[in-house]
Amino acid sequence: MSTVGKRKSHESAEGHVTGKAVYTDEQRPPVGMLSVYPVLAAHARAKITSIDTSAADEVEGLVTVLTAADVPGENDTGAIAHDEILLPTDEVMYWGQAVAWTVGETEDAARLAAQKITVEYEPLPPVLTIQDAIASDSFHTSPQVIRRGDPNAALQTADLCLTGEVGVNGQDHFYLETQTSWVIPDGAGHYQVYSSTQHPTETQIIIARVLGIPTNQVVVTCLRMGGGFGGKESQANPFASVAAIAAYKTGRPVRVKLNRQHDMILTGKRHGFLGHYTVGFSYDGRITALDVDLYADGGWSLDLSPPVLLRAMLHVDNAYYIPNLEVRGRIAKTNTVSNTAFRGFGGPQGMVVIEDIVDRVARSLNLPPDVVRERNFYHGTGETNTTHYGQEIFDNRIARVWSDVQANAEVAERKVAIAQFNQTHTYTKRGLAITPVKFGISFNKTQYNQAGALILIYTDGSIQLNHGGTEMGQGLHTKMLQVAAQTLGVNLNRFRVMPTSTDKVPNTSATAASSGSDLNGQAVKDACETIKSRLAPVAAKMLALDTPEEMVFAEDWIYCRTYPSARVRFEDVVQQAYGDRVSLSATGYYRTPSIYWNAETGRGRPFYYYAYGAAVSEVEVDGFTGTFKLLQVDIVHDVGESLNPLVDQGQIEGGFVQGMGWLTMEELVWDAQGRLRTDAPSTYKIPTISEVPEHFKVQLLERAAQDGVIYGSKAVGEPPLMLAISVREAIRAAIAAFGQPDHVPLTSPATPEATLKAIDYVRTHSTVAAKSSIDPDPALKS
Amino acid sequence: MTTQRLENHLTLTINGEMVRLKEVSPTMTLLQYLQQSGQTGTKEGCGDGDCGACTVAVIGQGCDRKPHYQAMNSCLIPLAAVAGQEIVTVEGIANGQLHPVQAAMVQTGGSQCGYCTPGFIISLFAAYYDRTLEDAAVEGNLCRCTGYLPIRRAAQRVASGQSGDEGVLHVGGDRFAAKLEHVTPELSPLSYTGNNQQFYRPTRLSDALQLLQHHPESILVAGATDLGLEMSHHRQAFPVMISLEAIAELQQLEQMAEFVEIGAAVPLSRIEDILRGVFPSLDEMLHWFAARQVRNRATIGGNIGTASPIGDLPPVLLSLDAEVRIAGLVGERTIPLANFFKDYRQTDLQPGEIIVSVIIPKAIAPNATRRLSQSYKVGKRGTDDISIVAAAFTIDLDSEDRIVQARLAYGGVAATPVRAIAIEQQLIGKPWNMTTIQQIKPLLETAFTPLTDLRGTAEYRKLLIANLFEKFFVETSGLQ
Repeated sequence: MSTVGKRKSHESAEGHVTGKAVYTDEQRPPVGMLSVYPVLAAHARAKITSIDTSAADEVEGLVTVLTAADVPGENDTGAIAHDEILLPTDEVMYWGQAVAWTVGETEDAARLAAQKITVEYEPLPPVLTIQDAIASDSFHTSPQVIRRGDPNAALQTADLCLTGEVGVNGQDHFYLETQTSWVIPDGAGHYQVYSSTQHPTETQIIIARVLGIPTNQVVVTCLRMGGGFGGKESQANPFASVAAIAAYKTGRPVRVKLNRQHDMILTGKRHGFLGHYTVGFSYDGRITALDVDLYADGGWSLDLSPPVLLRAMLHVDNAYYIPNLEVRGRIAKTNTVSNTAFRGFGGPQGMVVIEDIVDRVARSLNLPPDVVRERNFYHGTGETNTTHYGQEIFDNRIARVWSDVQANAEVAERKVAIAQFNQTHTYTKRGLAITPVKFGISFNKTQYNQAGALILIYTDGSIQLNHGGTEMGQGLHTKMLQVAAQTLGVNLNRFRVMPTSTDKVPNTSATAASSGSDLNGQAVKDACETIKSRLAPVAAKMLALDTPEEMVFAEDWIYCRTYPSARVRFEDVVQQAYGDRVSLSATGYYRTPSIYWNAETGRGRPFYYYAYGAAVSEVEVDGFTGTFKLLQVDIVHDVGESLNPLVDQGQIEGGFVQGMGWLTMEELVWDAQGRLRTDAPSTYKIPTISEVPEHFKVQLLERAAQDGVIYGSKAVGEPPLMLAISVREAIRAAIAAFGQPDHVPLTSPATPEATLKAIDYVRTHSTVAAKSSIDPDPALKS
Repeated sequence: MTTQRLENHLTLTINGEMVRLKEVSPTMTLLQYLQQSGQTGTKEGCGDGDCGACTVAVIGQGCDRKPHYQAMNSCLIPLAAVAGQEIVTVEGIANGQLHPVQAAMVQTGGSQCGYCTPGFIISLFAAYYDRTLEDAAVEGNLCRCTGYLPIRRAAQRVASGQSGDEGVLHVGGDRFAAKLEHVTPELSPLSYTGNNQQFYRPTRLSDALQLLQHHPESILVAGATDLGLEMSHHRQAFPVMISLEAIAELQQLEQMAEFVEIGAAVPLSRIEDILRGVFPSLDEMLHWFAARQVRNRATIGGNIGTASPIGDLPPVLLSLDAEVRIAGLVGERTIPLANFFKDYRQTDLQPGEIIVSVIIPKAIAPNATRRLSQSYKVGKRGTDDISIVAAAFTIDLDSEDRIVQARLAYGGVAATPVRAIAIEQQLIGKPWNMTTIQQIKPLLETAFTPLTDLRGTAEYRKLLIANLFEKFFVETSGLQ
């Protein structure tokens, strides 16, 4: 009986479909719990001249108002730098920033009181965009550089050069459950926190910091999250901290649950990026040199921007060998919400930039973009299979996923059909694109690549499984159950997965970077192996054998490999172990081997391995409106030897659709005053079922076991999101079919308006570019 | 009615249990009530009626006048509006065993984080009993995790009868189907006061008009999918509300030879079903109108009464020369819809007046031999979005394909829904061909001065105003 590799439904699926799965705010409320409500800043940047709370006092049910003076410890929730003031003292840094919080007997009372607080400001000129930040030299950090070869020299000698700009939009996480935390003081100086957080340990540390108490006085528990996607990696911290301060001040339990509008206004998003590049390439479309500046919009505070930027810089190659490459990265400081982790963590932005460049190279040569992509793939061994930061891609599967997906999707035949369609249709055009993904797996920061687990076996043979990862829907708990059941050779129904809690497994890393099952799976396995090593001698003794090392744990039985007919039940061995005074609990621990990173030189092996995938998307674009319809998607994705194909397929499909939303319809709009105008699902549009085509086929790459990873599996959380770049490129291909352009400038997201604008460009800038007639533009060779 | 004693309690039935509520605010939303009473299975994802996480099923009258489970956004339902009704939530559909839609969702991996799942379950539940288990049943439910594919598979599995493998319930024979045989979906009259607010639900138009005269400050409720936002999102209280949802005269939908008359309180879902095939442009627009949960509540009277410049139906109705029947205590009047919209969110409705119905003539213009009519809606997202520009065109042609009458109506281009009247007049007598279209397009581009907002720039809107007319020509001429 193997549990690993099975299509097991989510361990909470029955709770989900019956409404019985408990999230933070669905617990039974403790007596006397209070609610908080924010007072939002009216300016993107301003001096606070006064905060008048007197009118709020008249509101029945108001308990107190929190301002900076109420913070007992450090008034800061920054995750990396201590630059993220929680309750502003003299200046607001973005529109909507919470200036004060009211604490009420009910949320209604807190809301009414918040509306009566008047704050006076002296507005200051804000920096609202990356372009503004560049112009006014407003940055969080100095430039970072990663270089391979000599791009300057190589650009001089390249057959052709192009210079351009790529803007990449941000994205709201739009997890269905908004930011929620409960803080329950015990009256003796301890705080039990329930938080919808991907990083309970960091939430614990920051609450302790804000309250000025040792970390051990705070326990943070995450039951489950109603979606995370990176949006609860650091973003739970400030709101949990506000509730903690209120609990500290009032001595009562306090809850915070942001309404949707506040969540969208107050929480960080995927970083918008701006890329400036010069690319040099040969007449046959091989990129020989790339010089690129990446600017990330960090927003008002640093948050997790440095590793986000670094991941973008490490993925600006995507699947392509570029012998001479210099990438410079910098984090713009703007008066907008502080941008944060979001599935892919900068990787997607880096990839959008390079895919934009590759397409431009191809069209300038009148070559099919997929041909140019393929010509530039990492290949062979040594130099041509080594990234710009010096990591050799020892298990390169790009060519495999690429050829498999082309075959599955019948790309050759469909290209012919699309060409025919476009010839006979003046007003609508179809486009098809294939894009690859190569995504590095491991936290860039080496120290985060560790995990712990705790297994508790009770005398009836039932088991509690604890590990450091959090469940946000990705199926981590399900996979961990499978790993534990497989390792212990017992039935899944023996287990209860416990809520993630910092008093069970301490010093955990965020459940992020797609690492959840890689890291925690090994730790769970380690704990199970420890228990087995203690139970094996007990079982051997019960069987009157002296070969404990030969004991097999399978299907709730324990027996000797060479003599399987004599066997004992798992629970009987557990009973006997207790009687023999053998410990029935064990911790497990894991750290990823072989990875290192030198931040000074920009070289190392930051990733334990890479995940690969390729997608073929076909769209139809309406030339009157710029709207598109996604007609067909085919994916081949590498998840190693899947721990759970049902869960992995769900991650691939869900990641793709989320990425499609990002690149085509999810547009964040700020006005000239820096006010977010898209702060609700009525104005910010994520995909619905109707945007997802009937034909959507996912194949997991076959014969793909990954050495050194838990049961041969591979990380799957983030990489599939980037497969959706194929939709953007398919739209571009359809736009191109409205003319014969050598360049299709398409802004992101590819909204109907952006697409119509690109169609207009194509119609008015069409050239019939024959390959031989292209001359390098000397003006571009600088 | 007006002199009738005000009751201080409301009753409703939730998952088969009668609940009697005293002194609750009638503008408390059904979702707020569920959550406050510990029934937390139903989730709030947005409080705006846009995500569907709060979907509940309410037994209401379908187009066949029989009771149906209707999916609705509980965040937009004022509690008093469902007084006397039966409500089913996610907690109420498994009875020792999972309902088939629940079992299928478990099997296909249809839930990941699970937070949107209760809403999907109820949408699928309602569709299960209507035998409409297709994408459209859940287009008003947002899921951020799954990409919808396993949810689609779950619906397909149930629709094809594949999820009955583990002894789950079967449609027709189960208690939910049986329940529909034994309820009367008609709404009863209600006069309620709680939390210093009054909520009236008269059953006769004359009573409503009387109430309106006594309470000129009152607000009319006809679906509350727009008004509900004020309650849900802004926690707005209204001292006096008059629901028009139980008034028989406002519930009529009559198809005559010459015209169709749609009662102001007829929900869009019913219009969609009953009038399918009568007005192609209406069919098309209703398809894109919000989502199932909203169409089950929203009414035609509400959609024109709220007078939003981006309302979906007004352009269609304008292009079809619809008229509005309005009643007051002194009598009735009927005016062209084109004269109804006065300014931004301002209508010709006078104090004390109520919209009774919308009349859509069927006849094409005299001297015309055929009619071309279609509508278009452009948003950032095709489904369940507010339009950047909506357009509806009706062109009547003579036997030589000359334009006899033209109606070009738009939403999202001015402070009210509007017709391009000057251009309509210029089109008369012109041949219906590409030359005419190309002559008219530049005029259309400058016909209005739309705004730039979060949905699109003025320039894009101008392009759409013209391009959509050409698209209409191309599509109705069979060009590709």
